[in-house]
Amino acid sequence: MLMKRVISCLDVRDGKLAKSVKFLDTRDIGDPVLTAKSYYEQGLDELVFYDITASSDRRAIMLDVVSAVAAQVFIPFSVGGGLATVEDAHRVLLAGAEKVNFNSQAVKNPAVLTEASRAFGAQCVVLSMDVKRVPKTAVIPSGFEIVIHGGRTPMGLDALDWARRGEELGAGELVVNSIDADGTKAGYDLELTRLVAESVSLPVIASGGGGKPEHLYDVLTQGKADAALVASMLHFGEYTVKGLKDYLAGRGLAIRRG
Amino acid sequence: MITIIDYKAGNLTSVQRALTHLGLPSRITPDADEVRRSERIIFPGVGHAGAAMAVLKERGLDGALKEAFARGTPILGICVGCQILLDHSEEADTPCLGLIPGRCRRFAPSDRSLKIPHMGWNPVEVRRPHPLLSGLKPGDAVYFVHSYYTVPDAEEHAFAETEYGIRFASAIGRANLFATQFHLEKSAGAGLGVLERFAHWDGSPC
Repeated sequence: MLMKRVISCLDVRDGKLAKSVKFLDTRDIGDPVLTAKSYYEQGLDELVFYDITASSDRRAIMLDVVSAVAAQVFIPFSVGGGLATVEDAHRVLLAGAEKVNFNSQAVKNPAVLTEASRAFGAQCVVLSMDVKRVPKTAVIPSGFEIVIHGGRTPMGLDALDWARRGEELGAGELVVNSIDADGTKAGYDLELTRLVAESVSLPVIASGGGGKPEHLYDVLTQGKADAALVASMLHFGEYTVKGLKDYLAGRGLAIRRG
Repeated sequence: MITIIDYKAGNLTSVQRALTHLGLPSRITPDADEVRRSERIIFPGVGHAGAAMAVLKERGLDGALKEAFARGTPILGICVGCQILLDHSEEADTPCLGLIPGRCRRFAPSDRSLKIPHMGWNPVEVRRPHPLLSGLKPGDAVYFVHSYYTVPDAEEHAFAETEYGIRFASAIGRANLFATQFHLEKSAGAGLGVLERFAHWDGSPC
């Protein structure tokens, strides 16, 4: 039986963690490679690196991070942030990533999903979508709208339509990030996640809002997600990968034990 | 020295990184003569069975692999490199290498909640003891990404099973040839252990 995945996302700026990770023993670690290795050794199922480097001439640093991670971490990992073209994706895959993550660039240029899917296979192409709750209208019938620029720019695109379109265009997996829930630690947006999961036949990764172990349980059951993305819960040392997985397994979910 | 066959499949470098991490020397080559002379071969794979067979033939690697198999060279296939060891794949109706009798079929789950490709961590259950699987514990999960699965004709060629709507053969083998549908290079310790044992395997199935 296929297991539910626990995935962690690390934001990387100029080759360093954007927020340094604090481990339970209170060491501060700003190194994404050491953090990735530590989570891997604790039994994490998958990693996501998000490059938030502002200047494009410093992006090459990310490739060094990717290859250093690939040399030490033997679980799947994807890289996103600033990828606009198939060439960008190819560089990241050559450096050792398993998958590439397209977000706002795919909204602006949906053809990149198809091109990347043809070039590398759909299993390599992750569509990450930032979603905000809005009043239901004729344009946004679900009441969930696609936004970019960290939520500042609404795109007039219904999230469920975009999810279905992403699947048609060649994405192999979806990350559904609730801008409303993000940072609240009050739980994932269960309704949004479930609606997306029921709209497509792709695996869905829930993102944004995870603050307690039961939030992961809820989104993996009621939310119908295949995987839950966690960030600050782990990064600030409140929880460990093993602790989260023990909890989920204890509640009867199929979870890989490291 | 482990030879990794280069036939434009996607995961060559991931496999090599895993071997390097384990301290096992390897080289990547597209050359049929080098493959023939190899003492140990890894046959990786990501992508399309039809495209994979086309490149193997174009480079004469199909013949080289068959000769190496006949000579008793230990060979390890991974993912698409596992699927095309059989006689035939439903993917683009492709005639394959025929080193293990059987065929490769597409998942067609009646349960709509089972998504294709089968992607993620799933336990592997050893059905028939094999030296390369000796380190796996019951319930150990490994990482899969595939839409097609292997159906060997003979029970004796299926060494492990995994459940995804149906029970399918997730590790197959015959004499000095062994192959896993799962990605050894992405399956954490469970996968690395198989790679490490392969480096010391004499090619005998028991």
